[in-house]
Formats: sequence, C-alpha cells, structure tokens
Amino acid sequence: MTDKIFKQLLFVLSLIVLFITAGMIYSLVSGSLPALREFGIFHFISSSEWDPKAENYGALPFIVGTLLTSFLALLISLPFSLSIALFTGEYYKNSRFSRIISSFVNLLSGVPSIVYGLWGFYSIRPIIINMGISSNGLGILTSSIVLAIMIIPYASSLSSEFLGMVPANLKEASYSLGSTRLEMIRNVMIPYASSGVTASYILALGRALGETMAVTMLIGNTNNLPSSLIATGNSMASIIANQFGEADGLKLSSLIAIALLLMLITAFINLIGKLIIRRFQ
Amino acid sequence: MKKINYFIIAVVVIFITSCTNNQVKLNAAGATFPLPYYNLAFSTYKNLNAINISYGGIGSGGGIRSLKDKVVNFAGTDAYLSDKELAEMPSEVLHIPTCMGAVVMAFNLDNIENLNITPSIISDIYHGKISNWNDTAIAAINPNIKLPDLKITPVYRSDGSGTTFVFSDYMTKTSQEWKVDFGHGKSLKWKLGIAAKGNPGVAGVIKQTRGSIGYIGTEYAFAQDIKTAAIQNPRGEFIKATTKSIALAAEGDIRPDTRQMITASTTKGSYPISCFTWIIFYKDLSIACKDQQTQIETLKLLNWMLSDKAQELTLKVNYVPLPPLAIQAGLKILSTAK
Repeated sequence: MTDKIFKQLLFVLSLIVLFITAGMIYSLVSGSLPALREFGIFHFISSSEWDPKAENYGALPFIVGTLLTSFLALLISLPFSLSIALFTGEYYKNSRFSRIISSFVNLLSGVPSIVYGLWGFYSIRPIIINMGISSNGLGILTSSIVLAIMIIPYASSLSSEFLGMVPANLKEASYSLGSTRLEMIRNVMIPYASSGVTASYILALGRALGETMAVTMLIGNTNNLPSSLIATGNSMASIIANQFGEADGLKLSSLIAIALLLMLITAFINLIGKLIIRRFQ
Repeated sequence: MKKINYFIIAVVVIFITSCTNNQVKLNAAGATFPLPYYNLAFSTYKNLNAINISYGGIGSGGGIRSLKDKVVNFAGTDAYLSDKELAEMPSEVLHIPTCMGAVVMAFNLDNIENLNITPSIISDIYHGKISNWNDTAIAAINPNIKLPDLKITPVYRSDGSGTTFVFSDYMTKTSQEWKVDFGHGKSLKWKLGIAAKGNPGVAGVIKQTRGSIGYIGTEYAFAQDIKTAAIQNPRGEFIKATTKSIALAAEGDIRPDTRQMITASTTKGSYPISCFTWIIFYKDLSIACKDQQTQIETLKLLNWMLSDKAQELTLKVNYVPLPPLAIQAGLKILSTAK
C-alpha cells in the first residue's frame, strides 16, 4: 500500500515542478505581450533604441552584449579549463596533487557573483587601465575575463570526471600501437569523452549567459551596440537588474520581454548542446 | 526518539520567539540621494522611540514604484511626481520635503583641487563635443590651473534616479542643446560615458577612474573625498555647494504642495543645482500601512522628520535644513493625512 502512495507522491511532486515551469513561462509571455504588440517581435529584437522619454525600446544591444560576453568568456576559459581537466583527469589522476587542485577550483565555483564583480572592479580593472587597453577599464573585455574565471570550475570539474572515465584498456591499446601520450589524448580520450566534455561546456556557457551582478559591475551599463571589444555595453541580465526596480508600463513590459528572450536563448543553447551530444554518441 | 524531541523543542522555541515580536516596523524605500541623512535620522529615531525603520536605497524610481505597489509604508524621492504620475497612483499621494541638498559635479583629476565649470561645458561633455580636459573652453574659465591632456569620461546613472531628475532639470533650464537632446527625467537616453547603479555606484566609478566627471549627491562626494566643481549660476558667479549657498537657493515662496524645483535660482550666491528631497505617502495612510499601529507610527515619524531635532541632523551629513516656509507647508500637509 505504501508503495502505491509513494509512487503517487513522486508523481504529484514532479507535476508540481512542471506546473511551476509552465506558470513561469506563462507570466513571462503575458507580461511581455504589451511590448511585443507595440513594437512587433522582429522590430524589438533588431532595434537598438532604448529611449525612456519617447517610450521606444529595442533589445538588440543587450542580446549582442549577452552573447558576446558569454561566448568570449567560453573561448577565454577553454585553454584553462581543458588543461585543468586533463591535469586532474589524466596526467595526475588520483594523486594528492590533483585533489588539491580540484579543491581550489571548486572553491572558485562557490564564490558569489557579486564578489567576483567587486574583485574584478578593484583588481582586473586597474590592470586593463594600466596596460593601456582601455581608458576606463570597463566593457565587454573586462566582463568576459571575469566571466571566464567564473565558469572555469564548471567546465573543468565535469570534463575531468568524463576524461577520467575513459577505460584504461583503450588507453593502453593506444600506447601499445606506439602512440605518444598527446596522440593518445587526441585520438582516444577526447573522442571517447566528447559528449561529456561538450555537456560540461554547455553548462558553463549556460552559467555565463545568466550571470548578472559580476557583469553589471564591469560592463559599463551603456545601452548601445558595442562597437569593439573594449567598448562598454550592456547585457540582458544587467539591464533588467539596473532598471527593473522603477520600470513601469511599456518599459516594464520591455524588460519582461528581454527576460523571456534570455530564457529562450538559454533553452535554445541547451537544445543545441543536447543535439551535439547525441551526434557524438 | 531523543533527536525528535530536540527538533520539536527547537521548532516550538523559534515559533514562540518570533511571535512575541510585536514591535512596529516601518518599511520604506527610495532615493539614494538622501540615504546618508535618512540612515542617521532613522537610527536616531530608533534610539528615541524604539521603532525600527528600514529604508532601502533603490533609487527614486524604485521608491515610487514600491509605493504604487503598496509594498512600503512611505517612499523617498528627489523627483516629485508629475500631475500625470499622480493620476496613475492608486490613491492621492502627498509630498513632504525632508531636507535640502545639492547635486555636485564630482571629478577625478590629480593635483587639481578647484575647477570652474559652466552648464554649456557640462552639456558639451555629455555630448562628446568636449572630450579632453585641456580643451580651450575649460581652460578659458580656469586660468590659474594647468589642465592635463586626459580624456574626459562622463559618468551617469544606469537606474531611474531622482538625482538625474534634478541634474537634468538644471541642465534643461540652462542649456538649449541639452533641452532638445536629453530633456529632463529620471532616465534619459545618454549618448556616451559609463553608467553605474545608484549614487554610491557613480561615486565609486568616479573615484576609481582618472579623468572622469559625474553628478552625485554632496554627501557622497564628501564621504569619498572626491573633489567637486564650482558651477556658474545664472548670475555668472562660480559657486561651490556649501550649507549657505544651498540654503540661499530656497529663498522665496514654497508651493502649498511643496512640489518645487529650486535649481538655477537667481538669488545671489546660491548654488545652482540645489534641491529638496521628498517623502511621499498616501493621504489615506491605511492604503500602504496595514494596521492602525503602523499608520500612527508612520505619521509620528513624518512629523518628527520636520522637527528641529531632525533638521539639525542634516548638518552632520553635509545636507541642509529646510527653510521655515517649507517646514510650515510640510506640517500643514501632514495635518491633512488620515
């Protein structure tokens, strides 16, 4: 009897999660309808106007800002996270040294976003100014660098797990055919673990897409299309964080529309990730 | 069995201790401009009357929205509600001024203590027409200072701000170009520069960026030791923000509903970007205050804010007490609240 009740309970709880997700999508869609009706979906996505006085809003600068910072962060973090993953998953697997490295990297993942923003503002920003790259040190590049550091733990710890799961007999078979370690990694380990490694990078990208506070503090908060990597801009999450508190009417609806777009972009990238993983399997 | 007992005892204790907290707590939110003063005033009030008041500095726009959503008992704003905005509120909203302050042009330049600046230069800086500190226009009114060859970085607010409202009100009155391109309001369509959230955000960026200039409340400039410019008032005098120069800007009559901008005052010696800051609340207090006790305490607090004791506190944080006419108008308004 209790078996049956337990099964029903699990069923109900799962349904609740589904309802919450559906409810969230519904409230986002209904909140953004006024703005989408006023501007039209395509015009809203392609317009770079953000004029509070003329009540003319467009989401393009923010979409570009989010995608640019997230993909650039992924690119910057790639060499570091891959190195850490290979280090802990293959070269120094199961050694004390790799456990220490893993703990430090996991520590990085626990640091709150706003602490990263503060640290980036007081540490990375002066470096960028002193190197002469940018006069005010804020912008797409600075936020991408800090975002990259934030997502390294996500990418590296998961890929390290997957790389560690490559069966030893496959590796040894490769060695017995005369391959060097590097060749073995390139031709056996990475193809074998590719779906897992891709999944971990998609996870890291997902984190970068939604990151708010660190980006708000470092991106300059200007509502324009970034003209270069050192230009300031804005991301979808940071415009919402900045202007949500006082937004009303059409502006509020535009911000909710941007939130909906962010959700759709994240879902889309997760979908692409799943397709890539399936192709590799 | 023992563990369950401890758990139950813990739950019961937590329940009891949270239930006996009958102390009235007031919730407010709004402008970051008067935040230093409100923090001091509210903590002083707490020591006198044991009432906890929490004030969230989320910007004037945020405060107005919170009052509209009825999630706060009262709100702080440096931008009074326009007739249109008043009509959009669920019920009649009253304004009382709480203190006077000034918006200063804070800048970050090495070895330069004093800088003269005019509204047309400010407008050109935010338009990008003047992009370097050694521009002839700035040098012309600062003959005794050696200005560096350094790019100017204008800073502004990224959120809906009463400070922006006051600053843009002054600029609209004094620069035709600003009036046409930017206008005045809590959020503007800026052309260039960098933005930060809240007065503290802008102050932080100015402090950390060489060659930057931006508009912030006086207390933020003093607290962070950021230098401020002397601005040319409508009489042609270059005035810095001091208690005296700010008080001079409020000379004259006050509107009965106290919704008045005092920027660009023509009084001799007045600081041109002075302003009142208001607390707004519903005339029918029961709309935003759930129970009788909260309504009484809110009214008591607001009356106290206009008292001598509270007004004296303004000087401690580099703000300015209200002129007698403003206090009278405020008290009159409070007497109509229910």
